[in-house]
Amino acid sequence: MRKETRFAQRVAATGAALFASAPAFAEGAGETWFSGARHPASQMMHNILWFENYTLWYIVPITLFVLALLVWCVVRFNARANPVPSRTSHHTLIEVAWTVVPIIILLFMALPSFRLLYEQLEIPEADLTIKATGYQWYWGYEYPDNGGISFDAVMLGDDERTPDQPRLLAVDNEVVVPLGKVVRVQVTAADVLHSFALPSFGVKIDAVPGRLNETWFKAEREGLFYGQCSELCGINHAFMPIAIRVVSEEAFGKWAEMAKTDLGAATRMLQALREQPADPIALAQR
Amino acid sequence: MATAAAHADHAAHPHGWRRYLYSTNHKDIGTLYLIFAIFAGVVGGCLSVGMRMELQEPGMQIFANAQMFNVFVTAHGLIMVFFMIMPALIGGFGNWFVPIMIGAPDMAFPRMNNISFWLTVTGFALLFTSLFVEGAPGSNGFGGGWTAYAPLSTIGHPGPAMDFAILALHTAGAASILGAINFITTIFNMRAPGMTLHKMPLFVWSVLVTAFLLLLSLPVLAGAITMLLTDRNFGTTFFDPAGGGDPILFQHLFWFFGHPEVYILILPAFGVISHIVATFSRKPVFGYLGMAYAMVAIGVVGFIVWAHHMYTVGLDVDTQAYFVFATMVIAVPTGVKIFSWIATMWGGSIEFKTPMVWAIGFIFLFTVGGVTGVQLANAGLDRILHDTYYVVAHFHYTMSLGATFGIFAAWYYWFPKMTGYRYSEFIGKLHFWVTFIGVNMVFFPQHWLGAEYSMPRRYADYPDFMATLNYWSSIGSYVSALGVVIFLVGVFHAFARKEKAGDNPWGVGATTLEWTLSSPPPFHQFETLPHIK
Repeated sequence: MRKETRFAQRVAATGAALFASAPAFAEGAGETWFSGARHPASQMMHNILWFENYTLWYIVPITLFVLALLVWCVVRFNARANPVPSRTSHHTLIEVAWTVVPIIILLFMALPSFRLLYEQLEIPEADLTIKATGYQWYWGYEYPDNGGISFDAVMLGDDERTPDQPRLLAVDNEVVVPLGKVVRVQVTAADVLHSFALPSFGVKIDAVPGRLNETWFKAEREGLFYGQCSELCGINHAFMPIAIRVVSEEAFGKWAEMAKTDLGAATRMLQALREQPADPIALAQR
Repeated sequence: MATAAAHADHAAHPHGWRRYLYSTNHKDIGTLYLIFAIFAGVVGGCLSVGMRMELQEPGMQIFANAQMFNVFVTAHGLIMVFFMIMPALIGGFGNWFVPIMIGAPDMAFPRMNNISFWLTVTGFALLFTSLFVEGAPGSNGFGGGWTAYAPLSTIGHPGPAMDFAILALHTAGAASILGAINFITTIFNMRAPGMTLHKMPLFVWSVLVTAFLLLLSLPVLAGAITMLLTDRNFGTTFFDPAGGGDPILFQHLFWFFGHPEVYILILPAFGVISHIVATFSRKPVFGYLGMAYAMVAIGVVGFIVWAHHMYTVGLDVDTQAYFVFATMVIAVPTGVKIFSWIATMWGGSIEFKTPMVWAIGFIFLFTVGGVTGVQLANAGLDRILHDTYYVVAHFHYTMSLGATFGIFAAWYYWFPKMTGYRYSEFIGKLHFWVTFIGVNMVFFPQHWLGAEYSMPRRYADYPDFMATLNYWSSIGSYVSALGVVIFLVGVFHAFARKEKAGDNPWGVGATTLEWTLSSPPPFHQFETLPHIK
């Protein structure tokens, strides 16, 4: 009985994992957080997901077409159904067709692909710059425009997390960025290669010693977003996550001012803002 | 008279261990390669089952630490690429059937053939040794992935494990370069009278293209890993920015080899599939010239697409745009091959013997791996898929479900010829279905793990919300392992039953020269050269 129930749960979970669009896994016990491509949080990520769906409209029918042809061959041209094989070994027209048609399909795929690529790599004028440095095995962050705020972000172990913080993703110091501003991220590494990845923003750029890579994003909703190191970097490769908290421009301003001198106080201030959003005066003014 | 006696002596070949250790006979060396590939494949397969056991549930299950997991990942990749697929398809079936198919008595350089094999074994021994010596501080083995990116492979692994791995690659690479020279020379100079290039069987074409890819790409790998070796041991700084070097240079060099390498793995399988489809459809191959030159085109273009493995390293936007374009071009000749196989079946009179079932499975699964490759070619989309399980799923659909299905198809196709015995159709088909279900269970969910959940590859542990699909992927790997057991049982069963196969068990569809010989072929075939009409 118990076994059957567990099996049923397994099947239901698999269905949800494959097809559900609800962000079921992103709901912690308390706070909502986002990780993975299902939670787009920038226009760029929407564009990438649009292009991904666009390519699926080509490749899924092509695969099904090949499957259908194979099934047809199996059904129609098996030895019992078709005892005498044809001797056809050439047909110029069809050979030209299956060369030219794929080229046309590829052109249809390439045009939006190039547009997406140039959108990604032409960095707009930045409102804020963050420098991320990969270390074995944590990330260091600096805010050169904001009085040189600088801190490290280390993954929280099992005994350091609160119940609503996700395992392997939560860190001690989250990166804080303002909503709706272009954030330029400069990425480098101090020892071996790492890779700075934030799926929700459509960002992934390698951290390379001796090289300063650049990327950017513009968050379109508030929240806590997670990414994970995406270039093999040694024993704790899986244990150096990236956590970014998107807050209102106003809250960011306050945070940046306090963080210059006291990062802990700035973090507590943000937490207090989250826990008491219902300021009666502010509500009345709305 | 004296010479005649000597000649007779020569035909009376050595027996026992001398026959194999000293072998200069292409069929004996081919057999050695096949046995070696099965052994290495079982080792590499065990490593992958270990990885899937670790990933079955969130949290650390069977490994003491994540570095050991990384060592398993690395060894699995290197063993499957260099010591399973290549020895099976090129060393094994290539050695066995290239000379026979072109009507030659043996390979051009029989002794070099011998050293190729034993260097491969030596390379495997070195790689195996590297698992048991210190790599990263405090742990054994090299855990930097088969790509061995610097600086993780230099400062990240100060112990001798990486040096052993480098020497293993050097040795296996030298073996392959010698093998490639041997194949090119044989194919260009030892074809029977009338066997023009445009009459050559497609498997021979595929091995010819593969041999050129090996010859041109492996020296670049050898250069790159020698630079690693000197960076590690002799104070050079090719890949160290502190001395004016660049870690990205290693990636360019590696992938200049690495991308042709993946075509080295798949092209011989393309050749085999063409023969099997034609044989069991009882039709000639459709569009023979198109098929041959599609492989040549894949080989040529394969050399100019390497940086599509490096879209996230910070390449210039125009460079990325070029590699997007060049990579997409490859889809065209590959499409020609897929459609030509289907056209070969079209109008045929198809018998679903075990090799044909594997071949049909190959065509479909390779199509799946191919279309996801077209997606990944787009740098803008690869931004979110790079280094996730989407890539793992993609290349296993082409390699684990493509090249390996090609190997098994070839195995069942030529088993009666090589051994003289029939295999059991029941066990062969059971092997197919269990493997087909197993590998699809392993890799199909990984598309979702990569695209929807952004699960990075080479992770020993993952956040809890990724658990469900990882669980099914792991169950699939146990099913696939069962498939390997069925395969071994089938081999044992065929040798125990000793049912004679006859010279040509496949009938009128089998038209290449190996089916004109006895099963197994004589120790030296074609003492009088055949004439090709």
